[in-house]
Amino acid sequence: MIREPLIFEISDKGKRAFAFPKLDVPAKYDVLGGLPVREDIPDFPQVSEVEVVRHFTRLSQANYCVDIGFYPLGSCTMKYNPKVNEKAASLAGFVSSHPLAPPDLVQGNLEVLKRIADYLCEIAGMDAFTLQPSAGAQGELTGMMLIRACLEERGDARKIVLIPDSAHGTNPSSAHLCGYRVQEVKSNQAGTVDLEDLARNMTDDVAALMLTNPNTLGVFEWDIKIIAEIVHAKGGFLYMDGANMNALTGICRPGDAGVDVIHINLHKTFSTPHGGGGPGAGPVGVKKALEPYLPIPMIEKRGEQYALNFDRPRTIGRVRSFYGNFLVAVRALAYMLTLGPEGIKEIAEIAVLNSNYIRKSLEKDYHLKYDSPTLHECVFSDKIQKENGISNIDIAKRLIDYGVHPPTMSFPLIVHGALMIEPTETESKRDLDIFIDAMKKIAQEAKENPEILKSAPHQSYVRRLDETAAARNPVLKWEREKKS
Amino acid sequence: MSYISLSDQDKKEMLDRIGVSSPEELFCCIPEDIRLKKGLNLPAAMPEPELLRHFEALASKNIYPKYLSFLGAGSYVHFIPTVVDYLSSRGEFVTPYTPYQPEVSQGTLQVVFEYQTLICQLTGMDIANASLYDGASASAEAVLMAHRLNGKAKVLAARTLHPQYRETIGTYTKNLAVTVEEVGFGGNGEINLQELAKRLDKDVSAVILQSPNFLGIIEDLKKIGELAHNHQALFIVAVAEAASLGILEAPGKLGADIVCGEAQSFGLAPSFGGPYLGFMGCMKDFLRQLPGRIAGQTKDVDGNRGFVLTLSTREQHIRREKATSNICTNQALCALRATIFLETLGLLGLKEMALQNIQKANYAADRLARVKGIKRKFAGKFFNEFVLEFPKDLQKVNDDLKQKGVVGGLALGRFYPELKNCGLFCVTEVHQKEEIDRLASLVEEALR
Repeated sequence: MIREPLIFEISDKGKRAFAFPKLDVPAKYDVLGGLPVREDIPDFPQVSEVEVVRHFTRLSQANYCVDIGFYPLGSCTMKYNPKVNEKAASLAGFVSSHPLAPPDLVQGNLEVLKRIADYLCEIAGMDAFTLQPSAGAQGELTGMMLIRACLEERGDARKIVLIPDSAHGTNPSSAHLCGYRVQEVKSNQAGTVDLEDLARNMTDDVAALMLTNPNTLGVFEWDIKIIAEIVHAKGGFLYMDGANMNALTGICRPGDAGVDVIHINLHKTFSTPHGGGGPGAGPVGVKKALEPYLPIPMIEKRGEQYALNFDRPRTIGRVRSFYGNFLVAVRALAYMLTLGPEGIKEIAEIAVLNSNYIRKSLEKDYHLKYDSPTLHECVFSDKIQKENGISNIDIAKRLIDYGVHPPTMSFPLIVHGALMIEPTETESKRDLDIFIDAMKKIAQEAKENPEILKSAPHQSYVRRLDETAAARNPVLKWEREKKS
Repeated sequence: MSYISLSDQDKKEMLDRIGVSSPEELFCCIPEDIRLKKGLNLPAAMPEPELLRHFEALASKNIYPKYLSFLGAGSYVHFIPTVVDYLSSRGEFVTPYTPYQPEVSQGTLQVVFEYQTLICQLTGMDIANASLYDGASASAEAVLMAHRLNGKAKVLAARTLHPQYRETIGTYTKNLAVTVEEVGFGGNGEINLQELAKRLDKDVSAVILQSPNFLGIIEDLKKIGELAHNHQALFIVAVAEAASLGILEAPGKLGADIVCGEAQSFGLAPSFGGPYLGFMGCMKDFLRQLPGRIAGQTKDVDGNRGFVLTLSTREQHIRREKATSNICTNQALCALRATIFLETLGLLGLKEMALQNIQKANYAADRLARVKGIKRKFAGKFFNEFVLEFPKDLQKVNDDLKQKGVVGGLALGRFYPELKNCGLFCVTEVHQKEEIDRLASLVEEALR
């Protein structure tokens, strides 16, 4: 196999892949005088266009992706990303708009932002949405800040945020970044929030409970109304991490169940591509009481015109420049409009059907710590395979040999050796069956030929990589070898 | 239209295996009283031809792209080579997740590794992360990082740091033990050195400023860095116009401890403000406090070179509330575009682009400053933006220009009350000489 070198290794002095037209203004002689000008950028690439194209084409072929096949990463919602959405987001009217353009020249953009906010309100049962947060984690931070701003105005900022032990790591991190101390709430035998533990911890020094629903086990927190009551009774707010909204669209609206603030990941539920780690978008929805604190600007419709409102004295401010990852919002809007209300409900129905099909098909082969009903994802563990010395990592790496992407591993933390599987609604039964067969074969191999799992993957661009060495002796950029 | 791949027969077989009769039954765990009883009140489904018509109509309501524009201020128009769009729209780059399984993600990981190298080369820093959301949040992250590094609470931020970056820093620090104070600018548009010297003391965690600053002026980083270091404060340089790094000395060579900013200029269109590309580099001693993802080089079991996400003990999924940042999903595809852009332009192209920006902007500034009643507000050296002071309300001038199909400079009064009647103009390599001349004559007319 040809291994693609780093661009710096094929770079050669004087080569170029691009030229600018000749300068068409008279060159000013002393324009650089007195400036700290750089003479050179040592080792900066110099290659031809064909070298660039082949470099990135070959690199692309070393990636697995949704366009290639099944990608059952739990909590990541790796659904198919429709191509027409890319086309919509590449229209010149959107792409070439400057964010500080006079509002009357960018009415289409403002309409996009306002409409997607309105549609998210309808889907989540909230009163207002901001599109500013760039991703789920920034949405969480924004949501926490809104709660804090409201509490401070009441003269009572409080000190603690409660987070279930099954939560994603961004939750405690976001609460901490908002100046809160994190207190963990235990899960019960069913894998849901332990109401007694919640009640015990829910003091009047608690600002909020951050709840993921369905939670990271795929289990719906069926006590959500009671949870909301417990939190509200002490003057706290219920924050919902909407990362798993794919299980609920058109079925249940968090706002109707007592949720005060929610973030939704457009790059999960609304199918905008993950891009190998972003850009995403994490819009935040609130109930009326928190609306005054939303980031500036808010987009409003005044008569037939859309406008930006900066005049919001109680706002938390802004969490980034401009209006968020706008082109991500365009894609999400295209997705919503393609599906319509019935199609959006079908997302949840089929995602839950696919997940339960996998769960049922594998329940004899892999251990399921919690047997509660699950929605869009299910979490197995490596407990059975551990008897043969096989860990979830070995299972994951062996799946690569079978041509499918591994599930999310080692999360949630309450399941040791977790394998978290989320198929999404877009997968065919054939692809689900390929995955199920591979998982069954691997369970068999774990008993009969564990070595083949431990040395997996065998068929990939590189084989198992030494991650410990990478962390112990960090090499984080390319450098020319020094001649001795 | 839906994107479901199951036939009715598939559904039946699957339901049979699960042992239920309808998908509805699978939602039995959701209490009846919180289930949605009606359909969502949303527009009816649109098949592709209708959808595209709809979006073309929406996009055409943005008449801005038909205008000749001189807006910059944190969002810049630079030519994007065709190969950037072509290569970055490959499904293998667009549709994978964060590369948590390195054996099937070497494409993304090697790109991140090259991107980190390029950011180090451009900024003169030892190490760089895989990306942050944008320049504003990257600046906020830099301030928080400085606070973690030295435990000090006070930050001095230049008033000429992008107003939205300052606002974002304010939002991020509001609930933490960090206070931000502003340092004004002098008559030449640079940071007021006397004021800075006076305000610096042993309690200052960091000095953060932007260069070229929001008013377009290139700062004397060396001098400012020395001042900061004399008081054991960290020196953070924010770069909002990354194209300037093609010609200006790397901030890391001039004393910066942390360089952060916005790399939208590298292959990302203005896109009404996002997605953009926050970047951050720092000295290698700060590695453990660097926020965000980092790719590192390693070997596989056969001894072949490969890349992985590394040092994740800094990150939220391992460290939870003790993480260096809450950032998870960031801007990987934007970093890919920047990497393709930079490798395509190469050393010669990047330098040529920077030189053309500086030449054309100087031509435009000189040309406009010859218009009666207009003068350049600040004498300092600039890259591709400059401030002009008008004899009357700039909004009125801009309204006249708009009638003629031109979007003039950004009126600064909204951000700086002291700069009433001043406009920030941006001229890059995409502006033709005739267009600059046209702006000048239209401005002349408007002032007549």
